[in-house]
Amino acid sequence: MLNYLISGISLGSVYAIIALGYTMVYGIAKMLNFAHGDVIMVGGYAAFCAGTYLGWPVPLAILFSMMICTILGIVIEKLAYKPLRSATSLAVLITAIGVSYFLQNIALLIWTSNPKAFPNMVNFIPSIVLNKGTGSEITISSTTIVTIIASILIMVALTLFTGKTKIGKAMRAVSEDKGAAQLMGINVNATISVTFAIGSGLAAIAGVLLCSAYPTLMPTTGSMPGIKAFTAAVLGGIGSIPGAMLGGILLGILEKFAQAYISTQLSDAVVFAALIVVLLVKPTGLLGKKVMEKV
Amino acid sequence: MAETLLKVSDLNVYYGSIHAIKGISFEVKEGEIVTLIGANGAGKSTSLNTVAGLLKPGSGQIEFCGKSLIGVPAHKIVKQGMALCPEGRRVFLQLSVKENLEMGAYSRPDSEVNDSINMVYDLFPRLKERYKQVAGTLSGGEQQMLAMGRALMSKPRLMMLDEPSMGLAPILVDQIFDIIKNLHAAGTTILLVEQNARKALAIADRAYVLETGRIVNTGTGSDLLHDDSVRKAYLGG
Repeated sequence: MLNYLISGISLGSVYAIIALGYTMVYGIAKMLNFAHGDVIMVGGYAAFCAGTYLGWPVPLAILFSMMICTILGIVIEKLAYKPLRSATSLAVLITAIGVSYFLQNIALLIWTSNPKAFPNMVNFIPSIVLNKGTGSEITISSTTIVTIIASILIMVALTLFTGKTKIGKAMRAVSEDKGAAQLMGINVNATISVTFAIGSGLAAIAGVLLCSAYPTLMPTTGSMPGIKAFTAAVLGGIGSIPGAMLGGILLGILEKFAQAYISTQLSDAVVFAALIVVLLVKPTGLLGKKVMEKV
Repeated sequence: MAETLLKVSDLNVYYGSIHAIKGISFEVKEGEIVTLIGANGAGKSTSLNTVAGLLKPGSGQIEFCGKSLIGVPAHKIVKQGMALCPEGRRVFLQLSVKENLEMGAYSRPDSEVNDSINMVYDLFPRLKERYKQVAGTLSGGEQQMLAMGRALMSKPRLMMLDEPSMGLAPILVDQIFDIIKNLHAAGTTILLVEQNARKALAIADRAYVLETGRIVNTGTGSDLLHDDSVRKAYLGG
């Protein structure tokens, strides 16, 4: 039981990091970047190439992966989304799906569909064993610990960033009213670029953590976690940073428990059913804010 | 003769196929209060939004302090010393009062921001009382004060105000107009768009009357207050 809880929190923390990327981009640019999951996959491959092919040390490989994803995020935004800034949200959504398939197929061309065995990059601290010698030992792996700590650190950092820094506040201003933000002297395009850069940098971290825990790396590796994390972001209240965290962890736990007690095949169905129920009861998600408007 | 701060010549603005502004020209000299009056849809807000860079003109020239603003993005125009307090206030509802003011000073060095915030607090003591509150919880009048304070944070030479009295109780309208007079007395040049033509003309040095995208009349504030056609159309006879 505790085992499932721990592995659920671990998986949930990965979802949370991905969901934070979704929620940042949605919150500020008001668009669903469906290619986010595939940026994770690219992050995984970038770290894999740097670590395995080039033999770079782990921290350097992770940094490299973050750099690649950050650039990729900015380029995607410039080429695919910026020209559509005043288009309907449906057009942007379709474009995002297009970008998603584009990235998957590029990955297929470069790395083929053969799965790569991803080396665990985050087992640099010892794992913790609970209930030692009692016969019901529970091991919390190094990967789990690092993942949970990373997700918490990222959430705190993002909260401070959007709450305290000048550019973070500008992001919130842009998210509310692009025109008024421009009148303040805020460069809206640059602010949205920064948002994509941050979201994609986080995707790289999520990619490394995800592949360290589930070490098969394929061009489609990012798509399912991407969709789950999107679900998590909606569950927690899209646009809300703590909401993404909460949604991610709840979703991870729910998925693991469903796998253990209901059925492995049905676990995804349970997860999405939970989303439907939450949205029926609370359409803004668990921590979503209702926007008050006064005229 | 005071320097011409803003000079708009033969400006045309289109919304798709709709010709909203049809070749208007007007100017604002340093130290003046100039007002644009006219009915709903006459093109007053469109004119201000175009000058501020939010809308792209179809043709024509806009010069501020002798430099052309055509093609300059809105966020760079602020830096040159022009602020627009937009119609409907458009304060950032989810940001605190203080954060809203900080955004107003976005293009200025951080070291100067606190002084300016205190200056705005002096002007609007109500904002100081509520500095931590989220702007969405303010009353309409307070939001208008915040919007004006926020525009002042960029230390503009020219402040453009779009319908500052809209939706406010009469007593608040008087307050807002008093504040505009004070700002003007303190040296800020003002371009005011108002539906409350009587009040606007009463404080304006000069005024332009807009009708369906054209300037149909111009003169000093008091001239227009006593002009028959203006009285009939905008001042209720």
